[in-house]
Amino acid sequence: MTSTAALRRDAGVLAGSLPPLLAHAERLAATVVLGDHGRRRAGQGDEFWQYRPAHEGDEARHIDWRRSARSDSHFIRQKEWQAAQSVLFWVDNGQSMSFASGKALPQKGERARVLALATAALLLRGGERVGLLGHDAPPRAGEMQLAPLAEALMEGGDQTEYGAPAFSGLRSNARAVMISDFLGDMAPIETALTHAANKGIGGVLLQVLDPQEEAFPFDGRTIFESMGGSLRHETLKAGDLRSRYLQRLADRKASLAELARMTGWQISCHHTGDSASAALLWLYRILEGAR
Amino acid sequence: MFMIGPIGFTVPWLLLGLLVLPLLWILLRAVPPAPIRRRFPGVALLLGLKDDESQADKTPWWLLLLRMIALAAVIIGFAGPVLNPKSEHAGTGNLLILLDASWADAANWQARQDRLNSLLEEAARAGRPTAVVALTDLNTGALPFQAADVWQSRIAGLLPAAWGPQDPGEWAENLAQEESFETYWLSDGLKRPMRANLLKALESKGTVTVFESPRAIYGLKPARFADGEIRLMATRARADSTAELTVSALGLDPAGVDRALARTSLQFPVGQTEAEAVFTLPSELRNRITRFAIAGIRSAGAVSLTDDALRRREIALISARAEREGLQLLAPLHYLRKALEPTADILDGALDDILPANPDVIVLADVAKLTESEKASLTEWVKNGGLLLRFAGPQLAASDLSRNREDELMPVRLRAGGRTVGGAMSWGAPKKLRPFSPESPFFGLTIPDDVEVTAQVLAQPDPTLSSRVIAALADGTPLVTRKKLGQGQVVLFHVTANAQWSTLPLSGLFVDMLERLAVSTRPAAPDAQELAGTRWTPEKQLNGFGELGDSGMLADVTGERIATGEAGPDLPPGIYSGEDRSLAVNVLNAKTKLAPTAWPARIQVEGLKALRETGLKGAFLAAALLALMLDILAALWVAGKLRGPKSGVVAGILVSLLVFPSPGHSQDTTDAEAFAIEAAAQVTLAHVLTGDAQVDRVAQAGLVGLSDVLFRRSSIEPGLPIGVDIEKDDLSLFPMLYWPVTVAQPHPSDIAYAKLNEYLRKGGMILFDTRDGNVAGYGQSTPEARKLQALALPLDIPPLEPIPEDHVLTRTFYLLQTFPGRYERPIWVEAAPADAVKVEGMPFRNLNDGVSPVIIGGNDWAAAWAVDARGAPMFPVGRGYTGERQREIAYRFGLNLMMYVLTGNYKSDQVHVPALLERLGQ
Repeated sequence: MTSTAALRRDAGVLAGSLPPLLAHAERLAATVVLGDHGRRRAGQGDEFWQYRPAHEGDEARHIDWRRSARSDSHFIRQKEWQAAQSVLFWVDNGQSMSFASGKALPQKGERARVLALATAALLLRGGERVGLLGHDAPPRAGEMQLAPLAEALMEGGDQTEYGAPAFSGLRSNARAVMISDFLGDMAPIETALTHAANKGIGGVLLQVLDPQEEAFPFDGRTIFESMGGSLRHETLKAGDLRSRYLQRLADRKASLAELARMTGWQISCHHTGDSASAALLWLYRILEGAR
Repeated sequence: MFMIGPIGFTVPWLLLGLLVLPLLWILLRAVPPAPIRRRFPGVALLLGLKDDESQADKTPWWLLLLRMIALAAVIIGFAGPVLNPKSEHAGTGNLLILLDASWADAANWQARQDRLNSLLEEAARAGRPTAVVALTDLNTGALPFQAADVWQSRIAGLLPAAWGPQDPGEWAENLAQEESFETYWLSDGLKRPMRANLLKALESKGTVTVFESPRAIYGLKPARFADGEIRLMATRARADSTAELTVSALGLDPAGVDRALARTSLQFPVGQTEAEAVFTLPSELRNRITRFAIAGIRSAGAVSLTDDALRRREIALISARAEREGLQLLAPLHYLRKALEPTADILDGALDDILPANPDVIVLADVAKLTESEKASLTEWVKNGGLLLRFAGPQLAASDLSRNREDELMPVRLRAGGRTVGGAMSWGAPKKLRPFSPESPFFGLTIPDDVEVTAQVLAQPDPTLSSRVIAALADGTPLVTRKKLGQGQVVLFHVTANAQWSTLPLSGLFVDMLERLAVSTRPAAPDAQELAGTRWTPEKQLNGFGELGDSGMLADVTGERIATGEAGPDLPPGIYSGEDRSLAVNVLNAKTKLAPTAWPARIQVEGLKALRETGLKGAFLAAALLALMLDILAALWVAGKLRGPKSGVVAGILVSLLVFPSPGHSQDTTDAEAFAIEAAAQVTLAHVLTGDAQVDRVAQAGLVGLSDVLFRRSSIEPGLPIGVDIEKDDLSLFPMLYWPVTVAQPHPSDIAYAKLNEYLRKGGMILFDTRDGNVAGYGQSTPEARKLQALALPLDIPPLEPIPEDHVLTRTFYLLQTFPGRYERPIWVEAAPADAVKVEGMPFRNLNDGVSPVIIGGNDWAAAWAVDARGAPMFPVGRGYTGERQREIAYRFGLNLMMYVLTGNYKSDQVHVPALLERLGQ
């Protein structure tokens, strides 16, 4: 039972954090100059595409009289085909995503949300429909969709150590963007991807890692704990584990790449220590180029 | 007290705690270092990984050792360790404390007093009757045994004497009547012949313990003067190590302050007990020296007083005729010079120049003519105590000096012409000297047979004559006459100073006579024979610490006593004055040899140092704390906290604590080298950087323009001009500096001024440009001109004048009369010497030799010369064609200037052109 006061407080917190997230995402999105978004073919849309001579069978109402009056033949004014596509995002909100190795570095989850929202903003501007998997945010078009998306992204995680992708709202002919650190169990991911591939859904996997997770700069007697504290591993000489850990990480990346290759998805790895715009560009290029 | 070596413990039972250490070792070893907890999402990948080896679960041995040391230090620290805890000298019965209390003790007197004090304290505690006796000041009668604490109140007044211990013969014999007593002997560490007998006498009464410091003892022997140098022998007792001492020459400076006038250092090599210090000083300074002292040693032995033997009189020699080459033996001053040189400093020069130096003696050899002013000042000098020594000669004989009326500066009136005896054209033999009368200062000198006088000037027989004659010829005619004048005197030799008129200057008698007249001084100290029968009054006296003070009412000392050379209570070291000279008596004489004491093996010799109790508790606890600090670091390191992430912070703190950045000099030197190579590769014009970017840019462009002109029109092919930072760049690489004056530019530092002065002195030139066209204005000054005055104030600049028409600068390359830049105003250069006169028929004066070190103007030359990158003028000059003409003249000035700088006054030699042409014509 949520009291009114608690609700108002939560709303305040949410409203407080939303604008920065939105602003951050907008700022990030602004770094990408939107190119030509049309399908480069005639079709349904608002933008003028071309005039073409009228054929048999063209409806008279399609004839552009203004253009036709300037010549002897009739012309039909065609619009550019602007078919909207659904892009569904899944952002891991497991506890492992709330890790940041330094004060100057953002949390992995934070970076993932910003990237997702910025990509969404770009796509929305391009006229696509954007939705969020696992939340009550079905794909919709229009800039107004951004606010509900941000709200949904800010919702608390499911408090599991490592998030598993939800594919409840996945529909065919959509595209999916999955952002996670992919450090947890591989099985749910495999299932989800296979499922998506079976439905003919293409998409993008973006692995977000902290630089410390790549470098493993530890030494001495150490107890490693997961963010939630449920997993732990004690070692006497952490330095000795480094090479084996790195090997395992490389194996994980390789198996992800293999999985992506088999299902026809694109995959990339982003580090929170790097600039977010590089990852955004990559995401946007893949999503735009593939359609 | 429980003792281990020199360390005692106040709470020794705490040391049992050390037994716990091995137990702790085992305990600590079992406990591994605490793990670090780290949040790490990648843990999922780590699951299942096993450690290779289980080594780190035990604390490493060195860490354990560190902790053990820390703990041990704590335990020992609390056990109260004390270094050199006081142990008592037990003893009973009478106690005699014997001090040498000589000059050798003075250097270390405080330590001796401390030791004496602690000995007395012990004696007072033991209630022993004690006598304290100084060997330099022996008591008479029985030993003064008193309660030790009575002595304690009196030892503060005990002072070392400036001489060595006296021979205690009688005193030692008297000891036989005393009851038995124990003796503590505080020796000064020098070997003395009396010690053996005294020791025997003391040992017959009881045990003898000797306290002696192993400290080195240094002494300074009297100074000798030889070959223009002062040589001082320093000596020491022990020769087992090298030592370096500084010897200062002390005396009154011109302000009357007693200070070190010169310093030199000397070195004792191993095995040498003597080392020599050599001072080479100008006579002015040498005559001021009152004593020499070894710096830092407060002892009468380290002081060497000087007397007249070191003092050299300054004698000015003046003759009428300029000496000609090749006539040395006929020169009027040759023999005088030879006679005086070994013992006096000789001044040469004009009378006007010499008088301000206030010499002791002025010799006028055959000088008849003196100007009125010379005469007046010379008279005043004599009246103030000077000795004027005149010699006759042809000129004096021919002159009317002191003919009718006695001249103030002549002792007698002279008859006209003089006389010649025993010459080729006269009757009679050359005259011999009559033996000196007892009133004469020359009395007692033996007259060699070969001294003959062939010519002389004759004195008028005045009433005063007989009293003024101090040497005469066999026929009674005066040879040397003397007159008192004020505090000084005038002496006339009626013969020449060379061998023309007599053989006197060739004989040894001449030197003796000069000496008797106090013209020259005796070079060596008087021997016993000379001292016999004389009495000497003490003037100054040295105390044991080597401080010079007044003698007070001390009685006179006989010459025989001084001749012994041994200082003692009846002859304290100091300065003694006699009839006409002063004598120094020093602690050490030339024969003194210092040697360390050699006590028989049965005598117990203790160090002088009363070992002080030192509590070590603090040190041990500090060490423990330090070890614990190290332990923190080591523990962090073992736990990996110095290596993991964020270790950068810790390591950074550590590194910043340990490493101090040192400024890199190598970069600077290579820069300076590159600068020097660039500047020295070609003739390079340079301008001083003012800090005003625009002015510096114009100056640079102006010099570029001038360089171009030089390159095109002359054989000077300069490199690219350089802006010079006078604070750090080497100026000597540039023939000339162009210095635009801005109001805002900072004043150079003292070092920079020193560099600039050095630059000017070595032939550099600075062209100051106030750029306001107004520097020669009458009375008014612009801000730049005022700035220039301020800037140039510390510079070594000669008097200046507006450039004269015949200055070399007007004709070094082009013929110029004006030196315009953007303005056209006169410029200022070094003033020509006052005696430069224009000779009839010569176009120019024969001007000074050097190059004017500065040229000052306000014509803004750089702006007139300045060209931009394409070689076009940057600034307009004047109007139209006239302006271009002015720019051309400005360039010509630049050319003339560079020629002037590089070739100096070469063109000045055109003065000689007419003469050269004339010679060529012949």
